[in-house]
Amino acid sequence: MTTTAAGQTTGPEDNPLIEGLERLPVHPTALVIFGATGDLARRKLLPALYNLAHEGALPERFALVGNARSEMADEEFREMAIGSVREFSRRPPDEKVLAKLFSDVRYVSGSFDADGVYEGLATVLDALDDIAGVTLNRCFYLSTAPTFFAVIVDCLGRHELADRDGAAVRVIIEKPFGRSLEEARDLNARVLSVFAEEQVFRIDHYLGKETVQNVLALRFANNMFEPLWNRNYIDNVQITAAEDIGIGSRAGYYDSAGALRDLVQNHMLQLLSLLCMEPPIAFEADAVRDEKVKVLRAISAPGPEQVPDMAVRAQYSSGIVAGEEVPGYLDEEGVPEDSTTETYAALRLEVHNWRWAGVPMYLRTGKRLSRKVTEIAVTLKPVPHVAFQSPQMSTGVRPNVLVLTMQPNEGVSLSIGAKIPGSRMAIRTVNMEFLYGTAFLSQSPEAYERLIIDAMRGDATLFTRNDEVEAQWRICDPIVKAWETMPGPLPQYPGGSQGPEEAHDLLIGDTHLRMI
Amino acid sequence: MSTTDAVWSEQDTTPGAIEEAMRHLVAECHARMEQCVPARTLNLVCVVDREWSGEIANRLRRVGRYHASRTVVCTVDPGRRTIDAQATVSVEGDPRAGEFAAMRELVIVQVGERHLADLDSIVDPLIVTDLRTAVWAPHGHPEAVDALTTGRAGGDPLAQVVLTDAVDEPEVEAALARACELANRSEVVDLAWLRCTPWRERLAAAYDPPARRHELHTLSKVSVRYRADSLVSGLLLVGWLCAQMGWRPDELTRHGELLRGRARARRGEVELRLEPVDGMSTPGLAGVETRSDLGTMLALERGEGGLTARRREVAKRGEDVFEHVWTVLGASRGEPGILGEGIRHALMVDPTFKPALTAARRLLGERR
Repeated sequence: MTTTAAGQTTGPEDNPLIEGLERLPVHPTALVIFGATGDLARRKLLPALYNLAHEGALPERFALVGNARSEMADEEFREMAIGSVREFSRRPPDEKVLAKLFSDVRYVSGSFDADGVYEGLATVLDALDDIAGVTLNRCFYLSTAPTFFAVIVDCLGRHELADRDGAAVRVIIEKPFGRSLEEARDLNARVLSVFAEEQVFRIDHYLGKETVQNVLALRFANNMFEPLWNRNYIDNVQITAAEDIGIGSRAGYYDSAGALRDLVQNHMLQLLSLLCMEPPIAFEADAVRDEKVKVLRAISAPGPEQVPDMAVRAQYSSGIVAGEEVPGYLDEEGVPEDSTTETYAALRLEVHNWRWAGVPMYLRTGKRLSRKVTEIAVTLKPVPHVAFQSPQMSTGVRPNVLVLTMQPNEGVSLSIGAKIPGSRMAIRTVNMEFLYGTAFLSQSPEAYERLIIDAMRGDATLFTRNDEVEAQWRICDPIVKAWETMPGPLPQYPGGSQGPEEAHDLLIGDTHLRMI
Repeated sequence: MSTTDAVWSEQDTTPGAIEEAMRHLVAECHARMEQCVPARTLNLVCVVDREWSGEIANRLRRVGRYHASRTVVCTVDPGRRTIDAQATVSVEGDPRAGEFAAMRELVIVQVGERHLADLDSIVDPLIVTDLRTAVWAPHGHPEAVDALTTGRAGGDPLAQVVLTDAVDEPEVEAALARACELANRSEVVDLAWLRCTPWRERLAAAYDPPARRHELHTLSKVSVRYRADSLVSGLLLVGWLCAQMGWRPDELTRHGELLRGRARARRGEVELRLEPVDGMSTPGLAGVETRSDLGTMLALERGEGGLTARRREVAKRGEDVFEHVWTVLGASRGEPGILGEGIRHALMVDPTFKPALTAARRLLGERR
């Protein structure tokens, strides 16, 4: 045993050199991207890899292998990858790093169910081990259409690529993880018949956002919130994920998914879980995920007859956004004219446990709303007695609202009552603001940068576990099924508006929907 | 990108007047453009010679996004008896509706040498309270640094962090001794140490795979090459290895330009070599090489797109030698970026710096 000068005791199995480093080493890794020429790979994954390389955060030995159906040589894939980084990277690339990163990329073409692809991958991966002189860990990133997830996993298992002596093998699976509870269960069963759960990293890229992780920091690193964080002080919670854009060129995907599957089942339920979970014992994968799953299990799955009272759906109609006329959803290119896919979904949920019983949780998301914002607003109950009240004048005292904004202006805002200067005791609500961008010198990395490196490191804290994804679907599936049985047309809301009138029907008591 | 400035200046002024002006400028800037908000992360107090203040202003401009929330530049004009000041609050860019822009707050205070020993009494009202404060005095002025890092009448000091660059000091021994003295009462962020960071990360990564960790404990030789003015970076890197590995270093001896010595590890001695190289454009290290009793060798050299790594190992049986060469990816932040890194690191604590510094002094024969 050795004691470092900083007081750490280390043995021969330890690495005392990592002490104090901002960036911890990641085991040498080969990353295989299935769907490497697709939109996600080009816009997010390849630029994320570049930014990790730029910062020196990639493993010491790193190899990239692409796979897609398109026939292309390694050189063509290299050019495509370089072009993607130049177009979509969050920082202008350093050409020397860019050239080195992709200098030895490999590409294996073929369809995801072709045995030849996996035979080719095995050959390439073995060769990369030889070149590196170490057995590389392997990460398979499934950046494909969801219908191929199970196919690829089956093939990896059949070709003995799912485990390896002396190295870790991991699979990263993009969303959506199934389109229903049944599909999610089937997919889990197929994935877990090949991989162990600790090898599986189900992506929900919201969890990679610094501001989403900051929900945990805010709750569990500050003593001032915990005493208030319960049914005794909180009146309601409103989680909003609003977009000002329409569906763009994603009609094919979006019309088969809808707002509930696209955002509520995954991202918004993640936010709700983080907001409502009990303090985990440690910031470790299973400790955090155990607590999140408990929250999801405490939310009752609605019966078909309850759905109209707790869920609202709607479609955007034509309207005006930023001074420009915009088409309605049914007029968008590629959308069937009789589509009943919702572009807006709002739910009222309750978490039936000791802490949260009776506190309504409102979740709403929509496209083509008045502005883009993702936030959690926690409204406290009003003070029990306002001493300043007089019959002649309302004092203006309003309940405190704590708003955690994920985008676009990441930060935390707390509204408090303050006296308006003057001789009368008149109160106005003012905001105490913390803006992420003004309080830290570091630039937040893209969510995918964090998630890719965590997956390579084997840290699943920010990934969705099998029981978690099924618990999410258990809540959303009855709503999807009930809506499928309801005839159209759907309620409409004008593009650029706050959403449909019907959303107000969900409210109980004195609650107001927050302005978007 | 446009810049919006609100400016105030006054001759023969007082710290109280400057503080009041800053409050008004921040409010004015916010009133003019609601999205402008003050950043609240770090105060940076710079103490510079007036004749070189332009160069320092250029360096501060190039730190990019790692600028301090409020920068107070004290320019020292030897014979000056009064205080002149200029305060500026600026915002870069045109934030759209729903966006915000962080203000940059700059106070330039012209002081005389007579003010330096009590500089804290001038700077105190000018910094944002409850924020971490770093002091950077690239032209010396130790009395000013002492005033800012030593609390009055047993109180807390104004600055918690000293930003320094031991490479700028003419005498390595004196630079390390001063850093050690400062580190006993403040946190020290030494740019010479930050120049070692990529090398530390790479060495840590090279020995991190479980199959390689035992090799770390069999190291028998460490060679470091450095730009001629950056011996201190080399010493800090070797000092860091000694401290982290629990090696006890002896004093290095000079053989021409080469410094050689030994450190005693549990299982034997480790040979240490530090050698200057010519032709490097930026300060810092040129290469690091380690050898082990197992016959393995790892060499890291500056290269294009990162560090060029070379690893040689001997097969378990037989005489075969395998060599692998690869690039450890990473962009060079360049010398302009190192000050920004220093400002960023002023918010962090690196528990390994002080032990590395102590070991580096031992390499120079310092026994205390």
